[in-house]
Amino acid sequence: MSSEIKQILTTDGIPLEVSLKKAERKNKIKAFLLVAPLLLFLIITYVFPIGDMLFRSIDDKMVTQMLPKTFKAMETWDGQELPEEEVFAAFHEDFIKLVEDKREGKLSTQLNYTKNGFKSIIKKLRRKSKSFEEGNYKEQIMAVHKRWADVEYWRAIKRRAPEFTSQKYLKGMDMYVNEEGKIVSVEEDRRIHRVLWLRTLEIAFFVTVFCFLMAYPIAHLLATLPMKYSNLLMICVLLPFWTSLLVRTASWMILLQQQGIVNDFFVGIGLVADDNRPEMMYNKTGSYVAMTQILLPFMVLPLYSVMKTISPSLMRAGKSLGGTPFVAFWKVYFPLTIPGIGAGCLLVFILAIGYYITPALVGGASGTLISNQIAFHMKSTLDWSFASAMGLMLLSGVLVIYWLYNKIVGIDNIKLG
Amino acid sequence: MASKKDFVKFDKVDKSYDGKVLVVKDLQLDIAEGEFITMLGPSGSGKTTCLMMLAGFETPTNGEIYLDGKAISSIPPHKRGIGMVFQNYALFPHMTVYENLAFPLRVRKIPKDEADKKIDKALSMVSLQGFAARMPGQLSGGQQQRVAVARSLVFDPQLVLMDEPLGALDKNLRESMQYEIKHIHESIGVTVVYVTHDQSEALTMSNRIAVFNDGKVQQLSSPDELYEKPVNSFVAEFIGENNTFGGEVSDISGGKCKVKLANAEILANPISVKGKGERTTVSLRPERALINPSTKMDNLHKGKIEEVIYHGDHTRVRINLLGNPEFILKVPNSSSNLDIKLGNEINIGWNSDDARALDPK
Repeated sequence: MSSEIKQILTTDGIPLEVSLKKAERKNKIKAFLLVAPLLLFLIITYVFPIGDMLFRSIDDKMVTQMLPKTFKAMETWDGQELPEEEVFAAFHEDFIKLVEDKREGKLSTQLNYTKNGFKSIIKKLRRKSKSFEEGNYKEQIMAVHKRWADVEYWRAIKRRAPEFTSQKYLKGMDMYVNEEGKIVSVEEDRRIHRVLWLRTLEIAFFVTVFCFLMAYPIAHLLATLPMKYSNLLMICVLLPFWTSLLVRTASWMILLQQQGIVNDFFVGIGLVADDNRPEMMYNKTGSYVAMTQILLPFMVLPLYSVMKTISPSLMRAGKSLGGTPFVAFWKVYFPLTIPGIGAGCLLVFILAIGYYITPALVGGASGTLISNQIAFHMKSTLDWSFASAMGLMLLSGVLVIYWLYNKIVGIDNIKLG
Repeated sequence: MASKKDFVKFDKVDKSYDGKVLVVKDLQLDIAEGEFITMLGPSGSGKTTCLMMLAGFETPTNGEIYLDGKAISSIPPHKRGIGMVFQNYALFPHMTVYENLAFPLRVRKIPKDEADKKIDKALSMVSLQGFAARMPGQLSGGQQQRVAVARSLVFDPQLVLMDEPLGALDKNLRESMQYEIKHIHESIGVTVVYVTHDQSEALTMSNRIAVFNDGKVQQLSSPDELYEKPVNSFVAEFIGENNTFGGEVSDISGGKCKVKLANAEILANPISVKGKGERTTVSLRPERALINPSTKMDNLHKGKIEEVIYHGDHTRVRINLLGNPEFILKVPNSSSNLDIKLGNEINIGWNSDDARALDPK
């Protein structure tokens, strides 16, 4: 049927669609030019860094490029016995070149990530290699240290042959590729990251719950109070926004420390004994308290914006129709605030999951989150690729939550302001 | 059914929000069972406050409200069993029409099949069968209004309050809804208290109208009496159109009074004037004054036509009469033989009975 419909022409005989496009092209270009700076800004500041991070987290070219001949010679090695002389010769050749460029230190760092013990034997090899004679490198290298005669270490080198690797991601989940090439978990007492992931989720979850419980009445009050009071209350809610995050966290340190104001108060009213002051900082409690306070406005504002639109006559209607105040609230008011609850919870959860400064300052050892671990690798161990890998895992975690939210609640149900 | 004269009773009710200004002053009002009573007044006159006190959303500062003989000030709104239609419908936007109507039945724990019957009945009453599964957002304003009416009636309340329910509708729809609500009231005999600031709505629908101003009931009477026999100049001014003359009573005798204007004297019906020398405002409905009256009328004066406005079924003529340049006449368009032209001098007559001498403005 629709194919039989005649093409509609304008008065001048141009097809209507063509004419419409032409008429709107100018506006479209204008609109695009207006958003172009933002688009460019986003690409430069968001897409590129994340792309680079992704690349860094799987990039393993460094070792590949440092030992090109070795890996070529290793291609035919089956990894069962010690490699043949040609592998040793190739390794020697690569190594001499690295020593000349003074890059053997980097090699030892990289190989040490794969297997502990490379640092010392590479240092030793560098010293001894100056007096190496030509030919029969296998014997000479193996004589440097007994680990050089251990097939495990050669396998470790071979594992670094591919240009890309997933080992950083595995490490982020306390797993690694063992000698047989299988993915296994590290020993129980060395699993630090899983605990951190779980703790991050736990703290983010409870911070979200606490924020919700505190924000809901505040937002309700904000939405229903007369203007002059609600403005004042709004300022109180927003005041933390205008204060430096560091200052706020520092003030929590003053409040929560063992000789701090809160503890003094508890002792003062006889709630706790003076010699048994509870530790409220440098543990999870500190993270909970400070993060809840700091993230509270992110819950209040979406809730407020939704509640503001709910007509007070709806609650009245609920009551006049015979619903008790609770029934009217639960059946009428609460369902209407769900978009705000969704928005607030999503916002707070996602912010909490990647929170850094507050847990770093008041979290102590048991209150730190995964982001603190990322920062540690960025600043202390300088293992940027591992930090990138964990950063991306965090990002994908957030995306998964977003996706789940969309599945369950529907993202078009959200109202941020 | 013997209907009670004071089914709803406001007894010396005062209401103040801030402790300084009385919004409702000494309200004394009896509403009979089955009556359609309208609270009419300008905004801020206290009519909505009265309704809210009756519904239980506001508490009287003084006095008591009785519903069917029981004092209700201490009963919370959800236990009063009063149906209510709100200004903006207040339909629950996240529930279907069916669920909206089921809400009052569910909280009353009425079994589902009985509830379904009631809902069907209520929907057919407002001719919205087949709309049960719709969401309120998918309905037009008029349909939403009907749902709101159906919802307020579905649990068979004895009393239904309506707070400017038609305010958001356009003119035609408003008029047809007026009739519809009136018919529903007549067919089920529920007592309705209706609040509006629209006088034609009040005149059309009500058994009795309470005109509110300044926190007080100015007049409580049937629509025709309200229009024909306003007791004070506020009511005369507020209901319908009104020509006024301000003057002083110069003589009062035999059910008539003479009112001295700036440069003339007219005869009027003394309503709220008692003696000589009192200031008064004489009120006269436009349709009570005739041009060149054929019958004898005891007021006959000359005026000059200042403006002629064509209104379809009638023509409005503005005349400068006895120092009042805003004197309005309504001339039916069938009486075409009259010499209505701008600037003409014409004779205008009216009976002194229709000219009501009220309190001075």
